[in-house]
Amino acid sequence: MKILVGYKRVVDYNVRIQVKSDGSGVVTDGVKLSANPFDDIALEEALRLREKGVAEEVIVVGIGPADLTAHLRNGLAMGANRAIHVVTTDAVQPLTAARVFLKLIEKEQPGLFIVGKQAIDDDANQTGQMLAALWDRPQATFAGKIDVSIESGATGKVTVTREVDAGLEVIEAELPAVITTDLRLNEPRFIKLPDIMKAKSKPIDSIEFASLGVEAHDHLKTTHYAAPAKRSKGVMVKDAAELVAVLKQKGLL
Amino acid sequence: MSKILVIAEHLDGKLNPSTARAVSAAIAVKPEAIDVLVLGDSVDAIAADAAMIEGVSRVLTVARAENAHPLAAVLAPQIAKAADGYSHVFAPSTTFGKDVAPRVAALLGVAQVSDVMSVEASHTFKRPIYAGNAIITVEANADHAVVATIRTASWPAANSGSNSAPIEALTLDVTLPTHTRFIELKQGSSDRPDLQSAGKVVSGGRGVGSKENFEIIYKFADKIGAAVGASRAAVDAGYVPNEMQVGQTGKIIAPALYMAIGISGAIQHLTGIKDAGTIVAINKDGEAPIFEIADIGLVGDLFKIIPELEQTLG
Ligand SMILES: Cc1cc2nc3c(=O)[nH]c(=O)nc-3n(C[C@H](O)[C@H](O)[C@H](O)COP(=O)(O)OP(=O)(O)OC[C@H]3O[C@@H](n4cnc5c(N)ncnc54)[C@H](O)[C@@H]3O)c2cc1C
Ligand SMILES: Nc1ncnc2c1ncn2[C@@H]1O[C@H](COP(=O)(O)O)[C@@H](O)[C@H]1O
Repeated sequence: MKILVGYKRVVDYNVRIQVKSDGSGVVTDGVKLSANPFDDIALEEALRLREKGVAEEVIVVGIGPADLTAHLRNGLAMGANRAIHVVTTDAVQPLTAARVFLKLIEKEQPGLFIVGKQAIDDDANQTGQMLAALWDRPQATFAGKIDVSIESGATGKVTVTREVDAGLEVIEAELPAVITTDLRLNEPRFIKLPDIMKAKSKPIDSIEFASLGVEAHDHLKTTHYAAPAKRSKGVMVKDAAELVAVLKQKGLL
Repeated sequence: MSKILVIAEHLDGKLNPSTARAVSAAIAVKPEAIDVLVLGDSVDAIAADAAMIEGVSRVLTVARAENAHPLAAVLAPQIAKAADGYSHVFAPSTTFGKDVAPRVAALLGVAQVSDVMSVEASHTFKRPIYAGNAIITVEANADHAVVATIRTASWPAANSGSNSAPIEALTLDVTLPTHTRFIELKQGSSDRPDLQSAGKVVSGGRGVGSKENFEIIYKFADKIGAAVGASRAAVDAGYVPNEMQVGQTGKIIAPALYMAIGISGAIQHLTGIKDAGTIVAINKDGEAPIFEIADIGLVGDLFKIIPELEQTLG
């Protein structure tokens, strides 16, 4: 079977985000961009499934501007067989991303579509669930462990341990299905220099967003960006006794 | 005028307090009605609890064997059907709400507003992005239903007790998928207060050093009646189970007192505690970033300080 992997490029998680003073956005000029950490985990899991013989082909998918190819090359260097680049200069919201992914599913017929549980820029945590709804297939969100058993082709089932507020939930779903990854699913491999060379000859399919016939909705408009309220710097205490005294005074102990 | 459907979260026959927090956000919209939808296999006790929450107009129940466990693929088509005639559908921004709400939104063909922190107007909300490092104002198109998850740490639970809203059973004509099955839920059993609603939380990080050492955190928490949390590093190292993680990808909490012990204060951890009343940091490194946001800081070795704290408390 084939596995499609959502592979989004975001501002690196180590960057300290600055909100522009006029409230029109956040500063992204000259800021380091990286793969969404959850998407590296999604790709790693897909590669391991291929290495186990569960999947034959792993395809990374990105929706974004022309220069996204460099990012997709990283996914190829990590080990994906090929990439699909849906080209648009507009920011796409999760529902639109899900509609785009559904178009790619119609063409590729994957057994699994693995995405991150959330993109660390919009922190939406929606795309996988929306895709599963549109596709009318199972979803297993916040996956911490995945076991796939294949009957034939893209049929079979997946058992997923999900990290939920109450603990760990295990569910079973028929393939094809959508999985969203949590952080403890695996540790992504590092890209090695020879892999970067090899990735240069792997194919990237470019598809114009407009050619897919996806309706880009505009239900949500962001009208203002603001920096979060700052906590003011507190006091230092010298020892345990003083800490207890201060907390008692505040009525907290 | 607005009409809001709030999706109840429950487990083991009990209503989760996050539901009353979502009701608070619904009240802020100043709607004409707030109905709570309870989907379960046996719903009576849960519905009775929901009916007591102030501001609730009606409690609607759907009792079906298929609803015994919260599978998004099974619940979403029922919620989407029940949402007919409502201007807003709210769910708490817990793993339950985050799982099911986007599936509902997609079935309704609408976008979702995730993690609502404040309601500015019936279709205007504030929400965090970039791990809470920016707060955006979003306007939803009033021609469509608004599906939103409510950031529970931003909202107090609506009062409960004085209300007795009518409870009505709904019959929804929807075929439910059978492609997804619940196998089991492995719950941490603990007599300690619930991390998400506790007034006091003591969290340990990598500095605690091992699973065995974590006993010192549990013991101290029990002494002051606190829930116990952890950093991701502590969970990853296997000191504690995943449901104890606090932060961007764990639980977002707002206790009156938060004590971070042996936690450096990475931005992803701080995201989870921004709304805490008083933050106390205990760390042996005086330069640790946690001290930049702590209300009260104490530099020192946790293995020396915690016994001293216990001694002082008597
Ligand atoms: C996408 C993403 C999401 C993430 N989500 C989360 C999240 O939800 N929650 C989260 O917590 N992290 C999250 N992280 C991880 C985060 O970046 C940090 O790695 C993590 O919070 C560090 O945990 P820590 O403070 O326990 O460990 P460290 O950073 O290693 O800090 C340990 C601290 O303990 C102190 N210490 C050591 N020994 C002692 C002692 N004897 N006495 C006193 N102090 C001592 C040290 O001085 C140090 O400051 C996420 C990361 C990414 C990339
Ligand atoms: N523009 C995009 N390109 C590639 N993958 C995406 C894109 N948008 C969303 N995704 C996938 O969907 C996941 C969840 O995103 P979100 O719903 O925005 O939090 C991400 O981790 C990606 O795997």
